Amino acid sequence: MIPGSFDYFRPQSVAEASALLAKDDNARVLAGGHSLLPMMKLRMAQPSALIDLGGIGELRQIQFQGGQLHLGAMASQHDLLASDLVSEHAPILKEVALLIADPQVRYLGTIGGNVANGDPGNDMPAVMMALDAAFVLEGQHGRRNVKARAFYTGTYETALLPGEILTAVEIPTQVKGGFAYEKLKRKVGDYATAAAAVILSVKAGVVDACEITLTNLGPTALRAEAAASALIGKPAGHPGAIDAAVAAARAIMTPAHDTRGTPEYRTSAGGSMVRRAIQRALAKA
Amino acid sequence: MNDMTPTRAEREAKLEGMGCRRKRVEDIRFTQGKGNYVDDIKLPGMLFGDFVRSPYAHARVNKIDATRALQVPGVLAVLTAEDLKGVNLAWMPTLAGDVQMVLADGKVLFQNQEVAFVVATDRYAAADGIEAVDVDYEPLEVLVDPFQSMAEGAPLLREDIKDKTEGAHGKRKHYNHIFEWTVGDKDLTDAAFRNADVTINEMISYHRTHPSPLETCQAIASFDKVKGELTLWGTFQAPHVVRTVASLLSKIPEQKIHVIAPDVGGGFGNKVGVYPGYICAIVASIVTGKPVKWVEDRMENLTATSFARDYHMTTEIAATKEGKVTALRVHVLADHGAFDACADPSKWPAGFFNIVTGSYDFPVALCTVDGVYTNKAPGGVAYRCSFRVTEAAYCIERGMDILAQKLGMDPAELRMRNFIRRDQFPYQSALGWEYDSGDYHTAMKQAMEKLDYAGLRAEQQKKREAFKAGLTREIMGIGVSFFTEIVGAGPSKNCDILGIAMFDSCEIRVHPTGAVIARMGTKSQGQGHETTWAQIIASEIGIPADDIMVEEGNTDTAPYGLGTYGSRSTPVAGAAIAMASRKVKAKAQLIAAYLLEVHEDDLEWDVDGFRVKGLPEKFKSMKEIAWTAYHSPPPGLEPGLEAVSYYDPPNMTYPFGAYFCVMDIDVDTGVYKVRRFYALDDCGTRINPMIIEGQVHGGLTEAFAIAMGQEIRYDEGGNVLTGSFMDFFIPTAVETPVWETDFTVTPSPHHPIGAKGVGESPNVGGVPAFSNAVNDAFSFLGSTHIQMPHDYWRNWEAAKKLGVVE
Ligand SMILES: Cc1cc2nc3c(=O)[nH]c(=O)nc-3n(C[C@H](O)[C@H](O)[C@H](O)COP(=O)(O)OP(=O)(O)OC[C@H]3O[C@@H](n4cnc5c(N)ncnc54)[C@H](O)[C@@H]3O)c2cc1C
Repeated sequence: MIPGSFDYFRPQSVAEASALLAKDDNARVLAGGHSLLPMMKLRMAQPSALIDLGGIGELRQIQFQGGQLHLGAMASQHDLLASDLVSEHAPILKEVALLIADPQVRYLGTIGGNVANGDPGNDMPAVMMALDAAFVLEGQHGRRNVKARAFYTGTYETALLPGEILTAVEIPTQVKGGFAYEKLKRKVGDYATAAAAVILSVKAGVVDACEITLTNLGPTALRAEAAASALIGKPAGHPGAIDAAVAAARAIMTPAHDTRGTPEYRTSAGGSMVRRAIQRALAKA
Repeated sequence: MNDMTPTRAEREAKLEGMGCRRKRVEDIRFTQGKGNYVDDIKLPGMLFGDFVRSPYAHARVNKIDATRALQVPGVLAVLTAEDLKGVNLAWMPTLAGDVQMVLADGKVLFQNQEVAFVVATDRYAAADGIEAVDVDYEPLEVLVDPFQSMAEGAPLLREDIKDKTEGAHGKRKHYNHIFEWTVGDKDLTDAAFRNADVTINEMISYHRTHPSPLETCQAIASFDKVKGELTLWGTFQAPHVVRTVASLLSKIPEQKIHVIAPDVGGGFGNKVGVYPGYICAIVASIVTGKPVKWVEDRMENLTATSFARDYHMTTEIAATKEGKVTALRVHVLADHGAFDACADPSKWPAGFFNIVTGSYDFPVALCTVDGVYTNKAPGGVAYRCSFRVTEAAYCIERGMDILAQKLGMDPAELRMRNFIRRDQFPYQSALGWEYDSGDYHTAMKQAMEKLDYAGLRAEQQKKREAFKAGLTREIMGIGVSFFTEIVGAGPSKNCDILGIAMFDSCEIRVHPTGAVIARMGTKSQGQGHETTWAQIIASEIGIPADDIMVEEGNTDTAPYGLGTYGSRSTPVAGAAIAMASRKVKAKAQLIAAYLLEVHEDDLEWDVDGFRVKGLPEKFKSMKEIAWTAYHSPPPGLEPGLEAVSYYDPPNMTYPFGAYFCVMDIDVDTGVYKVRRFYALDDCGTRINPMIIEGQVHGGLTEAFAIAMGQEIRYDEGGNVLTGSFMDFFIPTAVETPVWETDFTVTPSPHHPIGAKGVGESPNVGGVPAFSNAVNDAFSFLGSTHIQMPHDYWRNWEAAKKLGVVE
């Protein structure tokens, strides 16, 4: 449980950080370290250098500008919980952050690290897909925006190019409605056995918009479009529609077999999470 | 007497003796981070050793090349089995009469087995050195399933003993067989089964788990070449035995070995045995002339140092149709892993598993245990239980429930019908034990009333109907467990470790001012000995517990004892403490008689001193007596006031209890909620009720973990799947249920203070209560037995098999 040796840098600006990153193919960005350091201690990751973003103050800001909630990549999960702007513009993030481990992990784990990590077990990617968030990526060659829905290409594989840093998450203004994140886990500090995010709105008793996304039920977070479609246009709470949504969501799940259970179990439980999230979101809508 | 004279009650309260909820004195340092554990000890020039471990469960080791490792800055040496052969330590004897490789000798037999020991100037260099040792492995066929161990053509694991037909405990039936152990009467038992109205037969498994104490196993060895002396600090539950074993193995005379167990952060059986890390640290210190520290990390602890359980128990009960049990027959297949490193008293290869008749009056019984080898880590230690007692309790308590179900009888009612009655004690069990005392009916009735058992059953009936009607997806289970433990190993007539009788000891010195230092052969790992031992002495000799210092763990100063495990400390050392106290008191009485100028028979003991019978004002306190012992002892009497006692108990003690668990399970996710958990314990005389409650809370938390998810699981290739706390279930405060505790008091008739020991009862009784609750929840759907652990996905699987989820 002791990592190999590595260099450590603590740059003061994004430009400096990306220059350092560009210089060394084996360098890694360090945010809260709560995913990266355990991998290093197991020597499953052996970076030659860590570029700690903790010294770049601007990366920790949470703002609302131009109709978008802007989360600096280094905002911690605790920062999300403490922010009035988050309560107002993306309250589902608080519900999710509270389901991530314990206060100690939340003080250090960052939103940028959580979405950039590429681990299907992280909770924020699915929620960002449901919120239609965009990730701001900055590198030696400038800045670009990539939608969460297009960011994840495989387990630990993302659209992040070598030398790029994820500097912010931008969340568009949401239509008023209901939301819920249902997460099944074995204990505090465990990743999801299965989890589902649901964001929807209801007009005149009919579901008029809906997003359903899934955590740890495939190689990446999943957007269950057919499941959402099964609800849209149907009366809120229509049992047949909910059954159809659950079945459609289950149809795209391909969870791994691990100590949390068999793929069969996790798919079944995943469907239950979808059902409960829909019911709770509808109750709030 | 004036108003200032303390009353008798005030004098008694001041002692904080037995029965007092005295706060734990050791917690003052523990809660401030001021404990002194092995890893807190830093010696000048100290080196660090760490292991290269096998990634394979079974492989030939063709070559170990340390060339690259020796070039890593800071790496000083790499020890292999070849080096250890030079000092005859490549293999070591186990407590179970087997031998175990210290470092891989030609092959490896389990994943993470110790292959080479890298010695370096610091931990980081050692870790880099490990990466640079090149080992050439040739993978061999892996044997994981104990049911395949004795199959024809099964892989041969132990080449070293392949031709040995006799093991430490008799005949071996197969090259992967370790022992067969049988107790009971076969003919009578078979006859009872032939004549039975009703029988059950179920294979009940108690899965492999691990004690996982907060502090892992660790040691520092420091060999002084000039004096020829070895000092060994370590996480030892039995430091005196470690010294004897170290002397026998190393040939260093025993008086030149100093074994010190400083504060120990939990043991639960994990720290009884001797591990390769200790041996390698000693050899490395002798080779380098420097102190060498070895500290296990969490994954090493879970995967390499002693596991617990892995008992597969085919359980049969015969009964009349009225529900009177007539016979018990159990066959156990015991998976011991690659070496038999069980930590049992030497003559007991399956521990005290023959307590398996439990709390019930079985006229006849038969029990057979077959131990086998597999490609898994060695061990089989008593994880917070007396030797194999939790396995036995689980076996019989599941069995009784299965029988109740078959008879259509309430499980509590079935137990009541079969309990050993109060008037039957001392009770001779069919499998050879003499139960000292018990009052099972009273305990069970008290528990059922406090819990409103009848009300719960009525509620369960309603819930079952609602479930069948599709009104709820939740099922409710009530787990009943009534356990009898056997603790306090033990009487020299049947208990020894490597030939040393399992007595324990206490030495008490009263200083001139009336302050006391007391030392025992036991070793607290968190049990609170510093607090409770002082309370026994306080009550016995009338000196306030706060004036009594308790010290354990240093073999140079403490009297020899067999250590702390198997709930033996209170039954054995607790008795020694009372007996040593009584010796002190007897001498004190002579001094008091001299001071009061009366015959000693004319004195009576009164809380904290002696009083002349019939003359209440004629009184001498222990404080005055202590001073006199050093200042002006009576003529003809030696000065000083101290005593030693070595106590060989006449019998074991038999704590018991009634535990109930009320649980709700959501069939769609398998998620359970423990609604209530009620634990009534009878551990005889209660020394410190607060510590008892703490022990019960801790033990129940472990029982909860074990029953509901904690396991060491292997895949088919012998890879450990649960090697870290990410997957090995340790509940946090959030998951842990709320515990309701209760008690009755049935003192042990043979123990000087009537105490029986409690530390392990909650683990022994708790596991069946949880498992029975899960099984009870599912029983109305047609299931008879669901194997542990009952984690969410397995609950769901059970529901699915029963056809209640899609
Ligand atoms: C006990 C425990 C339980 C946990 N449980 C959960 C849980 O239930 N759900 C959950 O979602 N998470 C969980 N986590 C993970 C936690 O939320 C992490 O903090 C998070 O996943 C990663 O954030 P970090 O800031 O720690 O990133 P780091 O560990 O520092 O980095 C993670 C990866 O992302 C890269 N990276 C980080 N920031 C950036 C950036 N700005 N740009 C580009 N690349 C970057 C790093 O190079 C690294 O590869 C748990 C962690 C622990 C220790």
